[in-house]
Amino acid sequence: MDLVKFVEEQAVAKKEVPAFKSGDTVSVHYKIREGNKERIQIYQGVVIQRNGVSANETFTVRKVSNGVGVERIFPINSPNIEKVEVNNRGKVRRAKLFYLRALTGKAARIKSKR
Amino acid sequence: MSGIIGKKVGMTSIFDAEGRNIPCTVIEAGPCVVTQLRTSEKDGYEAVQLAFDEKKEKNTSAQLKGHFAKANTTPKRKLVEFKTFEDEKSLGDTVTVEIFAEGDFVDVVGTSKGKGFQGVVKRHGFGGVGMQTHGQHNRLRAPGSLGASSWPSRVFKGMRMAGRTGGDRVKIQNLQVLKVYAEQNLLVVSGSIPGAKGSYVIVDK
Repeated sequence: MDLVKFVEEQAVAKKEVPAFKSGDTVSVHYKIREGNKERIQIYQGVVIQRNGVSANETFTVRKVSNGVGVERIFPINSPNIEKVEVNNRGKVRRAKLFYLRALTGKAARIKSKR
Repeated sequence: MSGIIGKKVGMTSIFDAEGRNIPCTVIEAGPCVVTQLRTSEKDGYEAVQLAFDEKKEKNTSAQLKGHFAKANTTPKRKLVEFKTFEDEKSLGDTVTVEIFAEGDFVDVVGTSKGKGFQGVVKRHGFGGVGMQTHGQHNRLRAPGSLGASSWPSRVFKGMRMAGRTGGDRVKIQNLQVLKVYAEQNLLVVSGSIPGAKGSYVIVDK
């Protein structure tokens, strides 16, 4: 198992990602390649979970777009992530916020931390 | 063509230059020692025998001890013959992962995981009956008919039926070498390879 870990550590480019937890609102600046052009798309939403450890860690960001719930899973070490901005620190009592899927509108709000 | 003997370590995924997340397998390969050279004069064919993985001296038979002593090396667990080897080898030479470069395409041979006695749905990909109701009783995954009746009055040879599954020699072709770590004797290839973790595999160039 150690050798797998070694490969993961070697392959991952070290980069600074701000500390964020589930419940926080983040903007993910994601690189998108169209032909030869590269542009940056900003995806903003609530982090509803962080999954996995070290090199294989991912996080899920949920937002409601035009009344439709959208969830996107990002590998935290993906080279396509330009940066992650933390917009708001949320006050939640769970690590996984799957209950948000069943809620809409006012009920789906998250209190922000002081 | 040349090759090396290795051990499957496990799977992970790494990002390539374009940012794609690629599933890959880590193989601990070599260093292998040349323990015998087969020649057409003596053996009727040309081959290079490689040995891999340390073994305790007390667990080695006297015959094998002598065999390894000839190549001036310690006892090894796994011996494999390679029919053609690119460059000339002599007894006692070592072969390391450095024969591979990033971007090469390799074939990996291993023994698939044993599945025990399995039915035709898992073993041969039969579709099963396709229905759970309408009088199927207990025939959901049954093989169906084995053939006609009065002619040929027998079951043809090779008819696909239930039986021992897995544990076969399997070759996976054209896996790309993603990384080579010469110091740790590690090889990272794209995709999956046959066998359990810790099982021996042959990597052919």
